[in-house]
Amino acid sequence: MDYIPNILFAITLVIGIGYFVKNIRKLIRNIKLGQDVDVSDKKSQRWRNMALIALGQSKMVRRPVAGILHIVVYVGFIIINIEVLEIIIDGLFGTHRIFSGIGNLYGILIGSFEILAALVLASVILFWIRRMILRIPRFWNEEMTKWPKNDALNILYFEMVLMSLFLIMNATDVIFQEMNSGNIISQFVAPWFENFSDSTIHLIERGAWWLHIIGILIFLNYLYFSKHLHILLAFPNTFYANLKPKGELNNLEAVTKEVLLMMDPNADPFAATDEGDHEEVPAKFGASDVQDLNWVQLLNVYTCTECGRCTSQCPANLTGKKLSPRKIMMDTRDRLEEVGKNIDSNNGEFKDDGKQLLDDYITREELWACTSCNACVEACPVSINPLSIILDMRRYLVMEQSAAPTELNNMMTNIENNGAPWPYNQMDRLNWKNE
Amino acid sequence: MREALKVPTMAEYMSLGKQPEVLFWVGCAGSFDDRAKKITKAFVRLLNKANIDFAVLGTEESCTGDPAKRAGNEFLFQMQAVTNIEVLNAYEVKKIVTTCPHCFNTLKNEYPSLGGNYEVVHHTQFLKSLLEEGRLTIEGGKFKGKRITFHDPCYLGRANNVYEAPRELIQKLEAELIEMKSCKQDGLCCGAGGAQMFKDAEKGDKEINVERTEQALDIKPDIIAAGCPFCNTMMTDGVKIKEKEDTVKVMDIAELIANAQDL
Repeated sequence: MDYIPNILFAITLVIGIGYFVKNIRKLIRNIKLGQDVDVSDKKSQRWRNMALIALGQSKMVRRPVAGILHIVVYVGFIIINIEVLEIIIDGLFGTHRIFSGIGNLYGILIGSFEILAALVLASVILFWIRRMILRIPRFWNEEMTKWPKNDALNILYFEMVLMSLFLIMNATDVIFQEMNSGNIISQFVAPWFENFSDSTIHLIERGAWWLHIIGILIFLNYLYFSKHLHILLAFPNTFYANLKPKGELNNLEAVTKEVLLMMDPNADPFAATDEGDHEEVPAKFGASDVQDLNWVQLLNVYTCTECGRCTSQCPANLTGKKLSPRKIMMDTRDRLEEVGKNIDSNNGEFKDDGKQLLDDYITREELWACTSCNACVEACPVSINPLSIILDMRRYLVMEQSAAPTELNNMMTNIENNGAPWPYNQMDRLNWKNE
Repeated sequence: MREALKVPTMAEYMSLGKQPEVLFWVGCAGSFDDRAKKITKAFVRLLNKANIDFAVLGTEESCTGDPAKRAGNEFLFQMQAVTNIEVLNAYEVKKIVTTCPHCFNTLKNEYPSLGGNYEVVHHTQFLKSLLEEGRLTIEGGKFKGKRITFHDPCYLGRANNVYEAPRELIQKLEAELIEMKSCKQDGLCCGAGGAQMFKDAEKGDKEINVERTEQALDIKPDIIAAGCPFCNTMMTDGVKIKEKEDTVKVMDIAELIANAQDL
């Protein structure tokens, strides 16, 4: 009968990790719904970007207050998780604080975990105050109601509870308190439990221990359903991010082929295409749904943690237009999830649901409000590129639907006819010289 | 009476069997827009003053395709690009300078994969290099003590990380360089990019150029310096809307420098 807790623990662990792995596989499957794109170049630069931007948080600190609080939570989160290793071993083998045998070092380790836990708790409370009391505008845009708002709060509450449980667990661990090494913070929590009987204290300690590890497993599984995946995906996302100048928009190769064919005086327009050429002809230009985007763009949407730095820098959004780069990412993710569920419930095949990303999620009004200024791309702390999705959707509107605003059609007609966006004759291009 | 501008064309150079040092890509705004033509001419006066061997394409120049590409018309963009590249390659162009950050970005970044490989510089970078090589000198006197702020064009700044060249030029004028609340990598767009120049803005509570102009006026400049003909138009309009055109001028960096030497 002594083994029951160990078995229960093992089952909990297997379920917790198993369900997480299942969802991560789904996530990878969904990302792979995107078009292929070659990002295999410049490996060393990519590793460096990942080290600087994701690991080193270099872009987070551009806003110092949020940046430093975030680093505290991030460092705390990673380091305190070393403790999880001990919890897992203890849980599986029925030991108690297996690492405490290492002597003084154990006290130092747990002591620093406790300090970090207290700092994380304080930072998360400050985050909550920024969001709910100071009401920093970027947390209160239109797209941040209902689920996105609750999601953000859930995560903050989760972290508060986990950190508190960790400290309570240590404070009520009589043996650990008697060691009096490493209980830097919990020694001040311990007196709260002074009047409890030994057995109650032990019960609280066990309760906190179990809730802590179960909480961690729940949090792990919550990630997939929340905006919080960035703690994992920031790493691949910064690795695969664009390395070219921000102003460089990709040239569509499929278009190049057609343009060169049109320009080639020797081309035979009636020539039969070579065998095997067929699969190279794309179904359409630009993007009207998530499958038309490339997989890096889809990785981007799962990485977005809805911080809103992009939207707070967007000139269109700042002047009251509907466009919000954050909403572009959130909408694309929502649609991708919808497509993923559709595939799950239709035996692995997508069944047309009469919906698409364009119009059903992202409106034309939003797309046409973009000035392509790259402020959103610059602002993102994890190198997400909302502009590339906006551009691909404009491409669909213009090249597949000829649905540009009239004034832009006029501009394009002018370029076609006289090589300038205005109706001036190309032969007059040098007139300024004599004016 | 001013000296007439010397503006040779590539065709003229070719007929003499010569190559200019650099091609000046004038751009559509620089060729046709009344305000931007002044920038073009100011830059040419500086080139003439420094005796630079340059040429323009003249009637052989055509839109780079930038606004079409950003509007989503990749076909039209690539048609323009391929046609321009044919002309540029036929003249064996090696180096291009342009007064428009949109042309600059497109020629520099988007033409290479279509077969157009050139060294492309923005006119502020080019003027800076002329100064460093001692081929051009700047006289500060006229702008001494003036408060000048530089509005970063998105396609020069964020898009291509050029922040310092225009600022160094302003400092050479012995002017007081002042920075807006959002500048350099955080610079706010003027509202013209991404083909917005050619359409009305979507419904909102404010025009972007007014927002940006207010940021500039907040720091009480004498001059708002620009490095892009479209930004120039947007900021000029913004200053007019705020009824400050009598006290605050919007000028291109090339105009400032030409003006300083009474060119």
